[in-house]
Amino acid sequence: MSVLSVRHLNKRFGGNVAVEDLSFDLEAGELLALIGPNGAGKSTTFNMIGGQLSADSGSVALHGMELLGKSPYRIAQSGVGRTFQITATFSSLTVRENVQAAMLAGRRRIFGFWEPACGQYTDEALDLLGQVGMRDQAARPCSELAYGDVKRVELAMSLASSPRLLLMDEPTAGMAPAERHALLALVKKLVAQRNMAVLFTEHSMDVVFTYADRVAVLARGRLIAEGEPGYVRNHPMAREVYFGSGATFQDMPDGTGAP
Amino acid sequence: MNLGSLFIQAINGLAEASSLFLVAAGLSLIFGVTRIVNFAHGSLYMLGIYGAYSLVQWWGGSPWGFWLSLPLAALLVALLGLIVEIALLRRIYKAPEIFQLLATFALVLIFNDAALWLWGPDDLMGPLAPGLSGSVQVLGRHVPQYDLMLVALGPIVLLALWLLLTRTRWGVMIRAATQDREMLGALGVNQAWLFSSVFALGAFLAGLGGAMQLARQPANLMLDLSIIGDVFVVVVVGGMGSIPGAYLAALIVAELKALCIALGVVQWGGMTVAFPKLTLVVEFLFMAVVLVFRPWGLLGKPMSAQRHMGLRDQPFHAASPALRWSAGLLLAALLALPWLSEHFPYAMVLAQDMLIAVVFAVSLHILLGLGGMLSFGHAAYFGIGAYAVAMLAKLAGWSMGATLLAAPLIAGAAACLFGWFCIRLSGVYLAMLTLAFAQIVWSVVYQWDAVTGGSNGLFGVWPSSWLAGDGYYYFVLAVAVAVVLMVRRMVFAPFGLALRAVRDSALRAEAVGMPVKRIQWLAFVLAGVLAGVAGAIYVYAKGSTSPEVITVAKSVDALVMVLLGGMQTLTGPIVGAVGFVGLQDYFVGATDYWRGLFGLVILALVLLFPRGIAGYFQQRVSRSTYS
Repeated sequence: MSVLSVRHLNKRFGGNVAVEDLSFDLEAGELLALIGPNGAGKSTTFNMIGGQLSADSGSVALHGMELLGKSPYRIAQSGVGRTFQITATFSSLTVRENVQAAMLAGRRRIFGFWEPACGQYTDEALDLLGQVGMRDQAARPCSELAYGDVKRVELAMSLASSPRLLLMDEPTAGMAPAERHALLALVKKLVAQRNMAVLFTEHSMDVVFTYADRVAVLARGRLIAEGEPGYVRNHPMAREVYFGSGATFQDMPDGTGAP
Repeated sequence: MNLGSLFIQAINGLAEASSLFLVAAGLSLIFGVTRIVNFAHGSLYMLGIYGAYSLVQWWGGSPWGFWLSLPLAALLVALLGLIVEIALLRRIYKAPEIFQLLATFALVLIFNDAALWLWGPDDLMGPLAPGLSGSVQVLGRHVPQYDLMLVALGPIVLLALWLLLTRTRWGVMIRAATQDREMLGALGVNQAWLFSSVFALGAFLAGLGGAMQLARQPANLMLDLSIIGDVFVVVVVGGMGSIPGAYLAALIVAELKALCIALGVVQWGGMTVAFPKLTLVVEFLFMAVVLVFRPWGLLGKPMSAQRHMGLRDQPFHAASPALRWSAGLLLAALLALPWLSEHFPYAMVLAQDMLIAVVFAVSLHILLGLGGMLSFGHAAYFGIGAYAVAMLAKLAGWSMGATLLAAPLIAGAAACLFGWFCIRLSGVYLAMLTLAFAQIVWSVVYQWDAVTGGSNGLFGVWPSSWLAGDGYYYFVLAVAVAVVLMVRRMVFAPFGLALRAVRDSALRAEAVGMPVKRIQWLAFVLAGVLAGVAGAIYVYAKGSTSPEVITVAKSVDALVMVLLGGMQTLTGPIVGAVGFVGLQDYFVGATDYWRGLFGLVILALVLLFPRGIAGYFQQRVSRSTYS
C-alpha cells in the first residue's frame, strides 16, 4: 500500500480554482517533487495534506487512513512531519529543547506537570541533532542561529516522531546553492535510512532533477505531467508551462493569487 | 411598559449612541493607524465635559458663550492629545502591545487625579443648552430638544468622517496606514506627522463627545472608566478601525441598554427579572457573542500583518546558586517576621499582602509570560475565589478548610467557561474579551445585593481559631511558597515547555503534534485556579471582600506586577508583586494623589525598563558573564 494516496482533491478560493481533481501516490523510500509556477497550487496541496487548510472534496490517505478533516496536530501524531516555507521554530527555546518539545508532542507526553522536560528524550534529541549536523549547537537558543541552521533544526523537529511521510514546503528557499545541495543530500540520506516518503516543493530545478525520484508538475491547480525526472524534463506540456515558453504566464497575469 | 416609554427610551438610546460613537470613532481611528488601544480615551471624554464646564462658567451663560465653549473644549482636548502623542506614544509604537495598554492606562490614573486636583471630587452640573432647553411632544411624551439634536449629530459626524477619509489626501493616507503602515512609510510618507494628526483628531472627537454631554449629565470622576468599557465594546463589536462599524455597534449597544430600561421589572411565571439591572451585563454579553461568531467584529476585517515582533525571550535555566541562596534567606526572614512584630507591628501585615499578591501575579504569569496570552480581566478569577469563600462561609456556613478547597475550583470552573471563548482570540481582541468577562462578573457581583452584599461586599469572614494570631500569616506563607514551587515545577515540565512552544509558534506546535487550543485552555484554567487561591486567602486575611477586587484596576494591578518584575522569568512576578505592594503602601500613606503618582511610575517603568526590573538586572548580569 502506498504511504500517501491523494485522490480527486479539490479546493477553490471564491471563484479561483486552486487545486482541481488532483491524484497521485507516494511510496516509502521515495522523494516526490511537486513543481509548478507560482500559483499552481503547490502550497495549497501541502496545507490540505497537513491539515492547515480544509479541502472541498477528495481524499488524502496515509497508509489507507483518511487525513482530511483531521486537525494538524492529529495528522502530525499519525505520522506526518512537515517543514514550512517560512521556517517556524520555537525561538525562545534551545535547539535541544525544540527537538525535545517535538518528541514529547509526537509521543503524546505533553501534559506532564512534574518531571522536568530537560531529562526526557535527551539522548534521542541529541542523536537526532547529530543526524542533521546540529549536535554541537544543541545548547544555543534557536533565535541566535543562522538561517541555514534553523532549517536543519526544523528538519530535526519534523523528524522527531519518526514520521512515515515528510512534507517539505520549499525546503531550500533563501539558501545559497551549496547549502541547498547539502540539505537535500542530507534528506536523501535520511530517507534511505528511515525508509520514509518525502513530498517536497522546490523552485530550483537543479535540486529537483538531482534528488527527486519522481516529479509531478502542477499548473493552475491541475496535474499535467508525472514521472521520472528524465521523462518530465522532456514532457512537452511540462516544458510549455514551466520551462520558459512563457505562454501560460501571458495568459494569466493574475495567476499568482493562491498562496 | 407601553409604546410611549419604549419610544422615549429608543430616542434616548439614539442620543447616547451619538456620544458613544464620537468617542468610539476616535479610538477606532487611532487604533487603525497607530495600532495602539488608547485606554485613556475615556479620560479625554471626561476632560471634554470638565473643560466645557469651566469654559461655560467663564463666559457666563450667554448662548454664544455656551455654544462656542463646546467645540473649544474639544480643541483643548485635541491639543492635550497632541502633547501626549508627541511626548509619550511616539516612544512606544514599537513596544509590545501590553506596554502600550499599560502606558495608556497610566494616563487614565494621571488624568483622573489631575481632574480631582483641578475640579474637586463633587459632581459638576452644567447649564441647560440655550435655545434647545425645551422639549417636543411625541406620542404624548416629552422628548428633550437637545436629545433630538444629539440624535442627528451622530450621522452628521459619520458622514463628515466618511468624506474626510475618502475625499481628502490625508484620508487616503489614514486608510493606507490602516492597511499597511510599513509600506506607507516605505513610500516616503511622514508617519510621525500622520500619527500625531490622527491622534489629535481622535482626541478631538472624544473631547467633543464629552463636551456635548455637558447639558445632559454632570461631570464626575467616574466617567473615564465607565465610558471606556462601553467604547471598547463598541469598537470591538463594530470591528477595530471601522468607522461605520463603530456607528452600527454604538447604535445596537445603546438601543439594547435602552430596551432593558424600557422593559423594566418583568414577572415571568414566578421569576422576577429586573431588566434595568442587566444594562451593564447586556453589552458585554453581546460582545462575547459577536466575537465568537465574528472574531473581527461586525464590519471589521482580519488584522493586517504586523512585521515587528515583541521582545524575544531567552531559554530558561535552572536557578543559579545565588538565586537559591537569596530565596532561602528571604524565606528565613519571612519565617522570622512574627518575632519582630513588637518592633515592626506593621511588617507582618504588609508581608501578608505581598504574599497574596505574589500568588496572584504568579497565576497571571502563566498566561502572560509563558502562554503569551494577554489578559485584562484576571481580577475576575481572584474575585470569584474571594466571593466563593465569603458566600460559602457566610451563607452556607462552610468551614474554612472546605471554602478554601472549593473556591479555587469554582474560579477554575469559571476560567474553564470563559477560556473556551477566549482561546479563539489573540492580542488586543483577547485582552478586550477577558476584560468583558471580568466586567460581567463585576456587574453581577455589584448588583446582586441579596447574595453578594452589592457595593458593600461581605464582611466578617475570619480564619478558624487554630489559625489565630500568627497562625494565618504562616498559612499564607505556606500557600504562597507551595504555589511558587509548583508553578516552577510546571514551567520546567513538558507542559511548561509546550506552553512556551505554543507562544513562540502555534503553527509549528500544531505541526509537531501539539493540541494548541487544549494547551492554551488548560493554561487559562490553571491561571484561574491559582488566582482563585489568591482571592480565597485574601478574604481570610482581610475578613471581607468587596466588588473592588474585580475592577479593571485590580486586573491592571496584576499586569503591572508582572511587568514591574519582568515577564521572562518566574522571579519577575514575585519581585514585581513585592515591589508593587510596597510601593502602593508607601504612596497611599504619602499623598492623596497616589493613583496619579502610581501612573507616573508605570510610565517610567514602560519607558525605562521594557523588560521589567528583574529582567533588566538579569540582562545586565548575563551581559557581564558573557563579556
